[in-house]
Amino acid sequence: MIGVLAAASLLRHRARTALAVAGVAVSAAMVLDMVMLSTGMRESFRSLLERGGFQVRVGPRGAMPFDGEATVGGGAGLLDTLRAIRGITMVAPVLGATLHAPQPGGAVAAFALGVIAGSQGDYVLQEGHEAVADGEVVLNDPMLAAVRRRVGDTLTLATGYDPQLRTFSGGRTLRIAGRVRFRYLAADQRGAALPLATLQAMGGDARRDRLSLVMLRVDPAADVEAIRAGIDAALPRVSALSTATALQQAEQRLSYFRQLAFILGSISLVVGFLLVTTIVTVSVHERVGEIAVMRAIGVSRRHVVQQVVLEGLVLSLAGSAGGLALGLVTARWLDSILATFPGLPESVDFFLFQSIPALAALGMLVLTGLAAGAIPAWRAATLPVAATLRREAVA
Amino acid sequence: MSGGLSGGASGAAAAGEVVLSARDVHRDYQLAGETVHAVRGISLEVRAGDWVALVGPSGCGKSTLLNLLGAIDRPTSGTIAVRGRDIAALRDRDATAFRLRHVGFVFQRFYLMPQLSALENIELPMAEAGVARAERRARARELLAYVGLDARERHRPAELSGGEQQRAAIARALANRPAFLLADEPTGELDAATGAGIIALFARLNAAGTTIVVVTHDGDLARAARRVIHLRDGHVVNEVHA
Ligand SMILES: Nc1ncnc2c1ncn2[C@@H]1O[C@H](COP(=O)(O)OP(=O)(O)OP(=O)(O)O)[C@@H](O)[C@H]1O
Ligand SMILES: [Mg+2]
Repeated sequence: MIGVLAAASLLRHRARTALAVAGVAVSAAMVLDMVMLSTGMRESFRSLLERGGFQVRVGPRGAMPFDGEATVGGGAGLLDTLRAIRGITMVAPVLGATLHAPQPGGAVAAFALGVIAGSQGDYVLQEGHEAVADGEVVLNDPMLAAVRRRVGDTLTLATGYDPQLRTFSGGRTLRIAGRVRFRYLAADQRGAALPLATLQAMGGDARRDRLSLVMLRVDPAADVEAIRAGIDAALPRVSALSTATALQQAEQRLSYFRQLAFILGSISLVVGFLLVTTIVTVSVHERVGEIAVMRAIGVSRRHVVQQVVLEGLVLSLAGSAGGLALGLVTARWLDSILATFPGLPESVDFFLFQSIPALAALGMLVLTGLAAGAIPAWRAATLPVAATLRREAVA
Repeated sequence: MSGGLSGGASGAAAAGEVVLSARDVHRDYQLAGETVHAVRGISLEVRAGDWVALVGPSGCGKSTLLNLLGAIDRPTSGTIAVRGRDIAALRDRDATAFRLRHVGFVFQRFYLMPQLSALENIELPMAEAGVARAERRARARELLAYVGLDARERHRPAELSGGEQQRAAIARALANRPAFLLADEPTGELDAATGAGIIALFARLNAAGTTIVVVTHDGDLARAARRVIHLRDGHVVNEVHA
């Protein structure tokens, strides 16, 4: 009977109920999106870092972890040292550079990686084969489009370009062996990868035997942290960073986002709370006479409270259900906008749906709805019965 | 079946037993710093099977007294006993339970729940009292038939006429077999012909043993009662027995 009365009260003003549910849905969507935002960036960085299956990255000491410009010399010796360490199962050296392709009217620049095919975690092959032999290169789609080449064609690439004089240095004609997609590049960023030795040779003295980064895969049974610390202690020119530490560092930077998301999410919760309180208060207010009659004929305070709280609960439940759908749609939409943000790896998702935090957030909203109904419910239950009946009879 | 319509659950009182007694009841209201003495020392007894009409000029305290007798308001002083049990000092929870099981209220405005059908309105107090669904439905049908609304059980209050709504409200008041019916101007918003129907219904109930206390300005309704108590300025001025 309480359910019937609560439902009837909500159905009495269908339009108002629908608007309230829509309002709660918007605030629920906002709460959900904020939760998805705060988990999304962290999780996609994690999967990005872990995807290649490398647990330690070794770079020039003193450089920022993801600085592409800094390099370390004596690459061959460094690699030998690293390979000799127990517990390291794969050593993947990387040299980063900018390459320029002469084109009519100027040059097309691409971010280039010198790697050893077969032991790299930077790209995924999509067509052809990897650049294994000296003189081979693989390009991603934006680069292929920019230089109007296909797999199998040749392309001249230079390590130096003077835009004033339009002169190239360190140029070499390479054969395009395959088409690839880079994990850490934005969707429209041009990229190339070639054998490490080829890139080192193209750079002349500036790049001879130099490396930007060495990625290490560690035996699952081995202690990653011990290996990292050992490298740090033994090799003064480099510093080693574990994926876990990198994640921590990334998380520190992302904590600003999380704080922002937390504040905005809380504001949305408050908005949802006020909305439900307002609607339920109005609904109680317009039927104080009925409530007083119910109390007069013997309906308990508890049942009056339950009825009113149920009303708020239904509003917030329906709103949360709507908000779940709305939140997922807006998250996808916002993600697609943010994906075009320049310089961001293509595979970074800003919004990630994880059922536990998402449902916890919506659960919070439902609890908020319960609390929102409690205030008008108490007001309804404690109406002075005789005085209210009298007022209503006069009205 | 009429005998089972009131009395029943509360244990049918033996005719003549005192069901309701008020002793030196006062009710003051504080209004903008001033004290309004709405009821000033009223004593009365209502026996099982009685039909009492409370009459008097507007503002003389009739509704206030009725609310006190029905435990929806508390006296400032004095005692009110129902079958010997003091109800003047009950806590809200106990007063509510008391009203549910022992008092049948009928108001001037019909005050049915607008969202519920006639049948559901009558079921409401029984549902509150924990009566099983099938049983309360059957009793609600029986009561609707008794007040002549058997064809209207699915209708909402808005789809009923004023007289029909008041009949449904009377049926609701009888649902839990109360010790007595309290009615505050039950014909106040009805035309004379419709009011006569309600008066006839009260007469039928009273003849079947239902104890009734009614507040009214309606001369026809007052004349139909067995006892008429005249109030003025919160006092009983005289009592007339039919
Ligand atoms: N809640 C209240 N607060 C203040 N004064 C009240 C309240 N209820 C009743 N009164 C006052 O008490 C007096 C008696 O009121 P009551 O409603 O009992 O009169 P009544 O006899 O029922 O009148 P009527 O025939 O017009 O219904 C009036 O003076 C009224 O103004
Ligand atoms: Mg009155």
